This record gives sequence, structure tokens and C-alpha cells, in this order.
Amino acid sequence: MSASVRAPLLFAAVAAMFLFTGFTSSWNSALGIFNMGLISAIMALGVNMQWGYAGLFNIGVMGFVALGGLGAVIIGMPPVAEAWAAGGVRILLGLLLALATILGAVFVWKRMKPGRWRGVAITVLLVIGFYAFRAVFDGGVEAVEAVNPAVSGNLGGLGLPVLIGWPVGGLLAAGAAWIVGKTALGLRSDYLAIATLGIAEIIIAVMKNEDWLARGVKNVIGLPRPVPYEVDLQQSTDFLARMQAIGADPVTASSIVVKLLYAALFASVLLLLIWLTQTALKSPWGRMMRAIRDNETAAEAMGKDVTGRHLQVFILGSAICGLAGAMMTTLDGQLTPTGYQPLRFTFLIWVMVIVGGSGNNWGSVLGGFLIWFLWVQVEPMGLMLINLITAGMADGSPLKDHLIESAAHMRLLTMGVVLLLVLRFSPRGLIPER
Amino acid sequence: MDLLNALVVLANFVLIPATSYGAQLALGALGVTLIYGILRFSNFAHGDTMAFGAMVTILFTWLFQGWGISFGPLPTALLALPFGIAGTALLLLGTDRAVYRFYREQKAAPVILVIVSMGVMFIMNGLVRFIIGPDDQQFADGERFIITAREFKTMTGLDEALSIRTSQGITIVTAVIVVAFLFWFLNRTRTGKSMRAYSDNEDLALLSGINPERVVTITWLIVAALATIAGTLYGLDKSFKPFTYFQLLLPIFASAIVGGLGSPVGAIAGGFLIAYSEVMVTYAFRKVLDYLLPWYEPEGLVQLLSTDYKFAVSFSILVIVLLFKPTGLFKGKSV
Repeated sequence: MSASVRAPLLFAAVAAMFLFTGFTSSWNSALGIFNMGLISAIMALGVNMQWGYAGLFNIGVMGFVALGGLGAVIIGMPPVAEAWAAGGVRILLGLLLALATILGAVFVWKRMKPGRWRGVAITVLLVIGFYAFRAVFDGGVEAVEAVNPAVSGNLGGLGLPVLIGWPVGGLLAAGAAWIVGKTALGLRSDYLAIATLGIAEIIIAVMKNEDWLARGVKNVIGLPRPVPYEVDLQQSTDFLARMQAIGADPVTASSIVVKLLYAALFASVLLLLIWLTQTALKSPWGRMMRAIRDNETAAEAMGKDVTGRHLQVFILGSAICGLAGAMMTTLDGQLTPTGYQPLRFTFLIWVMVIVGGSGNNWGSVLGGFLIWFLWVQVEPMGLMLINLITAGMADGSPLKDHLIESAAHMRLLTMGVVLLLVLRFSPRGLIPER
Repeated sequence: MDLLNALVVLANFVLIPATSYGAQLALGALGVTLIYGILRFSNFAHGDTMAFGAMVTILFTWLFQGWGISFGPLPTALLALPFGIAGTALLLLGTDRAVYRFYREQKAAPVILVIVSMGVMFIMNGLVRFIIGPDDQQFADGERFIITAREFKTMTGLDEALSIRTSQGITIVTAVIVVAFLFWFLNRTRTGKSMRAYSDNEDLALLSGINPERVVTITWLIVAALATIAGTLYGLDKSFKPFTYFQLLLPIFASAIVGGLGSPVGAIAGGFLIAYSEVMVTYAFRKVLDYLLPWYEPEGLVQLLSTDYKFAVSFSILVIVLLFKPTGLFKGKSV
């Protein structure tokens, strides 16, 4: 089967799966899965840029996704005026001090002659800077976190429309990617992988512990929405009249309308990104990226700046992941740092890219939808399977209870099997790179 | 006297915990480094292999406890350990036959094997959660302490106490035995030498008649033993929770890489380096300073970083070492 027939067929099959869910269970849940599928597809696009275009092995996706979510919170939440008055300035001052210390150390490193004195100077500078930073910063944090800790205890955000938070989330992730890339991109692939894994854990640790920023494990809830609330729709006479006209239950309809609005927003972002990434891939830049991926030495001999291009594509891919993270936090309406698990937010995205076909943007999008659908649906399917297997066992037998209880963990198993099967029998993915 | 008290506090809260943690990391990193040396890929499923080994051991421990078998003052888990190793070895050999061998015969790029190991990681993670569940499991029994705080105080008459838990003692003793045995095996026996030859130069080793499949099988067996022992010791010392084992992947890989991937000595050095730095950076030194410098009254706890940032420690050491010594402290290899 040629690629031009195969891809549309596969997309049609995935669409049919969603339609099937819609018809058999409910449109509400089908749309819910579809919306996360859109976001997953965007994340997969980001990873595909790094891995598929450039061969960069980034398993810190979770960190960039979480930073994107932080971006949405910082832009969307209203500011906590009291906290700003109590210690906001002090915190900012502390962070500036830390930044100045690091910049100073870099300056000394570049300007002084290599030798023992340079090491001493940098160490002294860093130690003094660290204590100065802690002295200023800690007091501010204490003051801010003491402000009404049950409800806020953080600085809040800027109170701007949450949609602005999406690109800002991407920018935050891009900034982090720049720092990671500057330090770690020179490393070999496995080392880079472990370094990104570490960065992701550190980002999550910061978000869990720095309560002044986004309340840490106390979670930020009630993030403003870009779309109307269901309750408001149900009370609007205009909406009720329209639903009456088509004979729909207003409660269900309101929730479907909200989901459709989200879907429209996400889909427009996804379409824009597909257009951009496809254009980039077809451009001389894309050909250069693939040339670098396939043979770094040859590309370097042709005068291409391999490290520079790697840094560029690493930042771009991470920014897309951050954007998707901001969108996801907006959809959830809350930021829960404990919810970020590497299996779900890093390795699952990798499964999407590999299964879809690395190097092919349409493949990643397909993988995003397909794998997300499986991830959600395997749990009920696994439960059905277990119920079938255990149907012959006596009720209340410990083995039966245990099996039914454990059915929820079937999804990890399934994802592993799917990944291994694809790698074995179709190593270039469902829609291979052309 | 103050100096002694300070030393005791330091030993109790830093040296002993860090040594036993370092021994656990070193055993884990040895497994990673052996796979890297022989099979030539970074095995991301190693944390979950440790979890699987610990799980089988726990299941056998419960069985033995149910039968009323105990190991006196020592934890029953030690009796169950050989069974755990056997179970893990079966799983690893099965995975190798079903999954890895195909790519080895194809001579696939190492990075493909890494992605394959991601799939294996999912499956093992799912298996462990499926069989034993995602929650904390208790399986330690026997005597809890070698020296309790009270005994130490009456023995020495110091104000501060040193307590050594049985799990810490067992960890250190087991690690020493295992490492000694491993080095004897690698350096003295014919099979061990053939493994090192295979790791150093595959083509030359094949030419001299070394059977690669045999080397690979033995490697998986050793890795199963190392992973199960490391996993069980960690579980005895802290607690068994599948997710924690997954998170151990970072410090373990950091240890192996810092020491130099493929170098067993490096893995051990790296394990202790990471463990000591992690514990020292996140320990509150206030009490030690109170004894050493009575005139100095620090404001806070004199803690560099809160314990939640321990990942940052492994990460920073990893990056710093790699920037200055790209192949690790003990010259590792690169594929």
C-alpha cells in the first residue's frame, strides 16, 4: 500500500474509533478523549521535531509540559496583592541576585586566564552569591507563603486572558530548553537522555516545593477559562432557546458545546503547527536538519553548524511541548504538580512518536490520537477482559478480587506491548518518513 | 567531647545512611554498566528490573513468613533472595530471547535498543503494578537494630547517639561480598575474562572463539542477581514502592555515567560519590556545627538544599563531571 493511501486510511480508522465511542458510550466522553488527543498530538509534534528531524534523545518532555502549565497559571490567575506587598519584591530581588551571581561566574570564567585563581574566584563568587541569595530570598518566601495559606500563599499571576498564557508557556519551556541545551547538548545521546530526565525531575521538584510560585502540592485550582462555563450557558436564555429548538438536553448540550469550543481552539493550534512544521520540513532548513541527523560529520564538513542547529531544534521542540502543556492546564482548569508522572508525560509521548512514525509529522499526529485513545480505553477494555477471565471463579475469591483490582494497570503493559510490536514489525512506524 | 559528639551526629545522620544508600546505588549502577559494556545500550528498564526482583523476593518472603520460617535476627527476605534472583533471571532471559536478541542479530543502532528498553520498561512496570499493586509494601522482619540509640549512649556516655539499623548493616556487608565476588569472577575466571574480552573488543573476542550468546546469557544472569539484591536491599532499608524504583533510574544512571559507563570500578565509585553528595547537600548541619563551633549561632538549619531537591544533586554532578571528563571519572567506553 502506498503512503498516499495508507495515511488517510489510518486517519479514517482512528476517526472511526472516536465515532464508535461517541455512538456507543457518549459524545461527551468521546469529545473529552478527542480534546486530550489534540493536545497529545501537539506534544508528539514537539518530540518529533527533536527526535525525528534531528535525532535528539529528549526524555524530559514532562518538565517542559509542566513549565507550560506554569506559564498558563502565571498569566491567567489573578494577582494576590497582599502577597506582592508582603514579599513579592524581595523574591524578585533574590532571583535577580541569583541570576547576577551566575552571570558573574560565567563572566569570570570567560575573562580570567585558566588556572587555579580562576577556580578560586568563581568558587568565592558562587558561595557569596548563594548566601546573599538565600538571605534575601528566604525572607520574601516566608512572608508570601504566610499570606492566607489555605487559599493562596503564593504571588498569583498577572490576571491576563489565559490564551496569552499558551505562548508564554511555550516561551518558559523554550527558556529552560536553552539552559539545558547550552549545558547538555554537546553530550552523547544516552548522556543527553539522562540529563533531560534529570532536568524534568528538577522542574517538577521546584514546582512541588516553591509554594510562593504556584502553591506547590496545594495545587492551583479555578484557572480562568477561554470558553464560557457550563453553568453560565445553562442559565443563558438564548442558549436554552436554541437547545430547545433542536431538542437537546441543556445540561448535556452545555458540556458538549464547551468541549467543542475547546476542540476548535486546540484544532486551530494543531493545524497551524502542522502547517508550520510541514513547511519547515520541506524547506532547505528541514533538509539540512535531516542531513545532520543522518551524518553529523558530513554535515559539519559541508559547513553546517551542527551544535547550533541542534540547540535551535531542541528549543523549538520543547517550546511546542510547553505550549501543549499550557493548553492542557487550561483544559483541566488546574495545575497539580503531583500529577506529572514520567511514564505518562514523557514515555507515553515517545510511544506516540515511535508508533506514528518518527520523522513524519502526520505520523506523530496519528500516533498522538491513536495512543491516547488506547491509553484511555484500555482500562475499561482490560476490566472487561479480566471480568471475562474471572467469570468462572467463585465470587469473593482473593485471586479474582486481586485481578479485578489490578486491571487498571493493564494500560502500562499494553503500551509496552504496542511499542515493542511496532518496533519489531514496522520499525519506521505506521506512517513512515518519506 | 564536643568533637566526639559532632562526629557521632555526623556518622549517624550522614555517614551510615549515605554508605548504605551508596552501596545500593553502586549495585544498581554495576548492573547498568555491565549491560552497557556487553550489550552496548543504556537499559532504561533497569529500575523496573530492580522493582521486579524485589517484588519476587517479597512474595517469597511472605510465603516463608506464612510457613513460619524465619532467619532469626536477620530479615527473612535474605532467605527469599535466591528465589527472587531466579525469578528475575527467568524474566530477563525471556526478555532477551523474545525482544533483545532480534535487534542484536540485526546489529541495530544502540539508540534503537534504548527505545526498545523503554518498551520493556513499560511492560515490567505494568507487571509489577499488576502483581503487587502500586502501594507501599512492608516485608522487613527480624531484629530492627544492630545498635540502638539507648545502648550506644549507655555504652559510651556521650550525649549524642549512634544507631545502626540491621538493614544498613546487611546492605553494607552484602554489597562488599557481592562486589568482591563479582570482581573475582570478572578477573579470575575464564568466563569472566571472556566477558571482559567481549566488552573490550567484540570482533577480536569472536575471532578467538568466544561464544557471544553465552556471554550475553551470563551477563543477564549477573544483572538479574545484582538488580534483585540492590532492589531488595533498598526495599529493606527504605520501603518497597514500585514508583520509587522507577525514580532510582536517575541516580543509578548518574552513578554509572559519572564513573564511566562500562567500567565496574567506576560504577562503585560513582554510586558512593552520588550518595554522599546527595545526603550531605540535603542534610541540615546545624547540630554538628553546634558542637564544633559553639560560639557560632546560625540562623537556619544550615541546610544547603531541601531534601526534595536531591535529584538536582545527581543531575549537577552528572553534568559537571561530563563537562570536564566526558567519559567519566574512570575511563568508560562509548558506542
